[in-house]
Amino acid sequence: MSRVYLDHSATTPVHREVAEVMLEYMTGKFGNPSSVHSFGREVKKAMEDARAQVAALMGAKPEEIVFTSGGTEADNMAIIGGALANRKKGNHIITSAIEHHAVVDSCHYLEKQGFKVTYLPVDDEGIVQVEDVAQAITPETILITIMHANNEVGTIQPLGEIGLLAKEKGIIFHTDAVQSLGKIPVDVNELQVDLLSGSAHKLYGPKGIGCLYVRKGTKLERLSHGGGQERRRRAGTENVPGIVGFGKAAQLAKDHLPAETERLTKLRDKMIAGIEANVEHVKLNGHREKRVPGNVNFSFLFIEGESLLLSLDMKGIGASSGSACTSGSLDPSHVLLAMGLSHETAHGSLRLTLGKDNTEEEIDYVLQELPPIILRLRAMSPLYQHQR
Amino acid sequence: MYSEKVMDHFNNPRNVGELEDPSGVGEVGNASCGDIMRISLKVEDGIITDVKFKTFGCGAAVATSSMVTEMVKGKTIEEALKITNKSVAEALDGLPPAKMHCSNLAADALQKAIEDYQSK
Repeated sequence: MSRVYLDHSATTPVHREVAEVMLEYMTGKFGNPSSVHSFGREVKKAMEDARAQVAALMGAKPEEIVFTSGGTEADNMAIIGGALANRKKGNHIITSAIEHHAVVDSCHYLEKQGFKVTYLPVDDEGIVQVEDVAQAITPETILITIMHANNEVGTIQPLGEIGLLAKEKGIIFHTDAVQSLGKIPVDVNELQVDLLSGSAHKLYGPKGIGCLYVRKGTKLERLSHGGGQERRRRAGTENVPGIVGFGKAAQLAKDHLPAETERLTKLRDKMIAGIEANVEHVKLNGHREKRVPGNVNFSFLFIEGESLLLSLDMKGIGASSGSACTSGSLDPSHVLLAMGLSHETAHGSLRLTLGKDNTEEEIDYVLQELPPIILRLRAMSPLYQHQR
Repeated sequence: MYSEKVMDHFNNPRNVGELEDPSGVGEVGNASCGDIMRISLKVEDGIITDVKFKTFGCGAAVATSSMVTEMVKGKTIEEALKITNKSVAEALDGLPPAKMHCSNLAADALQKAIEDYQSK
């Protein structure tokens, strides 16, 4: 039976070349980059080369990149560190209703510390309106954090415009770019951001390593204390294998971006067209064009997401859903609800995220297996009856 | 995550559908919470001669509703009233803790169907 992986927004397989270079830095060059001797120095050089590779992927300077344990830590550092560092200037933060939990929960934590947070709504395609940001700004606003591309529906936000607003008012602007880095062009100067979070395992690098871009001059309060690594921004012996792996993955992502964008967009659009042509009562979630190349997200009316995922899994297809059952909470995806979907429609959502190894044959296989699964689940559903 | 029995009931659900002239119908849950189960019964001389279910919900929801219909078919109303969520989950060789509420729903849907029949 074929196995088709369509959950690249959850994680990606590591490039062989990335795995190979990482191994070198586990067994061969294993020194601590802070050591004075040559065992440390040779490793330090590789680390700084990797830093430059990651910086190049986003138009930043190498010294502005701080390596972290992943996107979540980067979000925490930016939001909590940024707010605490600027608390004398004000106590208001602006974010959106569709952020990843690392951002939302960091904001909730700050609310408990006495900060005020505005969660901006999105339109029915999942896009933040620049006018809403402008209206939300107050003299107390010290931080704006808006994700670049959404993890569930792939929609791309108008960061450049928001960044300009932030700059005018002297407000720090952070973006969680975990789902856009390596997938679409990311340039910190075009986006006008002061802080940007990235994660290696979303771009065929290893898990457990991410980065926070910190524009020169941006104040952050340290969240982890100890050694002076990462220009005193983040304590702890550096994860050298992870860092060199991230660097290599970043370099490969940059090299492959134009060709992969074209290839994935074609496959994505084929999947979207195929589902719309062969299954009734479906709704594409998110913006049709302002969307990362590999993201497909549909709601299938009258059925529930986890049962859909189980059925697909039995056919070797791995995907994800916004249903409550898949998240273990009582509510379905907060992103879909913020876009105006009913609970029921949100429960019936399916996210397929394509990647470098998916082929046209695999898309065809999914398009062949999906319709009968939907029919079977609808035949069992008390909701479908009413429609006929 | 799911036992073989749960997967069997999910892939080969027993008694899917609606009864033409049911003696009693019970529906529980709602679309907001992501689970709806509807059970319809045919009762003749105090015996459940036919039973069908329809479910909107996860793998455990489908499996528990299928299992509960299998458990009551051919039983008397008194015997059916003794079925609990625990017995449904046990019959399926257990459910993950997060999914136990699905077995509650299945037992409740059955109860409601019986109540509906008894109220007529």
